[in-house]
Amino acid sequence: MTSSSNNDPSVFAEQLAVRRHWLLCAPALTVLFLAASGPLLIVLVYSFLESGEYGGVVWKPSVDAWFRVVFQRDIFDDTLSLADAHLKILWRSMRLSFFTTITTLILGFPTAYFIATRPQNSRNIWLFMVTVPFWTNLLIRTFAIMEVIRNEGMINTLLIFIGVIDAPVQMMNTDFAIMVGMTYVYLPLMVLPLYAAMERLDFSLVEAAYDLYATRLKVLWRVIIPLVRPGVVAGSILVFIPALGAFVTPRVLGGGKKMMLGNLIELQFGAGRNWPLGAALSITLLAVVMVALLVYVRTVQKNAELQR
Amino acid sequence: MNMRKLAAGLAGIMMLLASGAAHAGGELQLYNWGNYTNPDLLAKFEKETGIKVTVTDYDSNSTALAKIKAGGHGFDMVVPSASHVKIFIEEGLVIESRPDQMSNFKNVAPEWRNPFFDPGRRYSVPWQWGTVGMVVDTDVYKGDINTSAIVFDPPAELVGKINIAPEMLDIMNTAMMYVGSEPCSTDKAALKKARDVLVAAKPKWLSMDYGLVEKMPRGDYAAAIYWNGAAMRARLAKSSIRYGYPREGYTVWMDNAMVLKDAKNVENAKLFQNFVMDPENAALISSFAKYANGISGSEKFMPEEMATAPEVIVPDEFKSMGVFPPACSKEANDYYTAIWTELTK
Repeated sequence: MTSSSNNDPSVFAEQLAVRRHWLLCAPALTVLFLAASGPLLIVLVYSFLESGEYGGVVWKPSVDAWFRVVFQRDIFDDTLSLADAHLKILWRSMRLSFFTTITTLILGFPTAYFIATRPQNSRNIWLFMVTVPFWTNLLIRTFAIMEVIRNEGMINTLLIFIGVIDAPVQMMNTDFAIMVGMTYVYLPLMVLPLYAAMERLDFSLVEAAYDLYATRLKVLWRVIIPLVRPGVVAGSILVFIPALGAFVTPRVLGGGKKMMLGNLIELQFGAGRNWPLGAALSITLLAVVMVALLVYVRTVQKNAELQR
Repeated sequence: MNMRKLAAGLAGIMMLLASGAAHAGGELQLYNWGNYTNPDLLAKFEKETGIKVTVTDYDSNSTALAKIKAGGHGFDMVVPSASHVKIFIEEGLVIESRPDQMSNFKNVAPEWRNPFFDPGRRYSVPWQWGTVGMVVDTDVYKGDINTSAIVFDPPAELVGKINIAPEMLDIMNTAMMYVGSEPCSTDKAALKKARDVLVAAKPKWLSMDYGLVEKMPRGDYAAAIYWNGAAMRARLAKSSIRYGYPREGYTVWMDNAMVLKDAKNVENAKLFQNFVMDPENAALISSFAKYANGISGSEKFMPEEMATAPEVIVPDEFKSMGVFPPACSKEANDYYTAIWTELTK
């Protein structure tokens, strides 16, 4: 007679279940590590090394890269100051991403509402049309936008033809052009989660609100928006994050005179020959995204609790 | 049977198989700039030697260097710019394939036989070379175009109509020569001057972008600092476009084909090096990418419009103003990056 738990059949089965559980998880965990944490770890390690003479890294620990993310030593008089160029570029990227999120939300909300309120069988056709642009390469879509807004492009030619303006309006190579391009590119990422949320919306609640003499605006603010909030959150996140790292659209449409964070990182790995700084800037971008997400999710949760 | 014997045996079998073909046969892995290798050139090489060439693209010297340094790439040849030829040699990444002893070496133009980046041409053969200069639409501006002031201190007609090639090294080097210094200098007074010139000029620029060949002829801008081959293609699309050689100094670049140390097809690579020094073949390279190639007698085989193009054939009076920038030291490169970041922040 042994009292060892190992021999207890139920405990044994439990252990077996646990083991099988981990075994079944193993492929997913491996992929997750290899595809997500592994490369990130390399980036993190690189950011703490010295940069090589001609790019690459030297395996000597150094915090120089991180120092340079935040501070800059004036190359002419050696005074130390905040890295105003890096902060300015970071701020520009965040501002542009924020406004892109807002414009896609303003355009995407009515679009999603429209699709969700169509009869079941035609919804798929509308959804399909939203996803069609995804079939084309991003660069081609960006060049197409360029054709529309450049000085001899469709809009200017049309406006001059019907006599609204005499000389072309300069739209290319401005922040406006970047905004148009980014909004166009990221709009589907906003529409799809919004639609998913609205499709589940119980429209009898909307009717009930009208029955209780709510105005249209009140129905929107107090009934529809709170109910589709998860879709708004998901859409905003899906738009904000890639927008923050975007560099093709700003470069092609914005004329490349002002860098975005993505361009700054690219510079370090290319002509700048400073991989550790590039790695540190990438981690900074990651941290900014995480903080922005946390703040956003917190506020949304708080608001939701307040309304309850 | 140990591994070495096994390998030798396999190699023997491979050789037997290879010699069975009518020609030398085999393959060659060429690692070259994107949109730069004429497919007709490779077809001709395969027809003559039976060697099949596979091309893989890169977009910058730094990319090519990083990938080859990392190892395990499987390439036989690389075509870096002059500034990087020395790095490849110094880092021991290429072999001394002795192009100077190859049969076609006699075709290399005298001025390219003993370049500073590869004295005596013991490692590299010329692929293409070109310059970075001023591209101006003379319908818009009729003054002197042989000066970097076109973009760094532009005349009133061109303000707001200027494009800058988004290549840090070319622009910084040209700016350094404009303020009377030299490429990759670490002289702080000169660097400061160059920065001030660039920062003051930036509001007068429209864009810092690629795509001159399409954009300039259709009138998106009227002046640019850009590469000569593109300038020629723009002129063919709009005849008022001219290319200027800055008398303050302009950048000359040359890309050169070299054989990698860990190449698997060394002999094929050497055959290819000899092959591209043949005037007829060099002309194929040029007629595809529209830059000069450094091989005498290749003009005969080039399209007429190229053999006489003032963008490709540097006029004698400007020859002495061309400068081959070296690979900048880490210190100089850090200064450049800092100024470039400030300029585009």
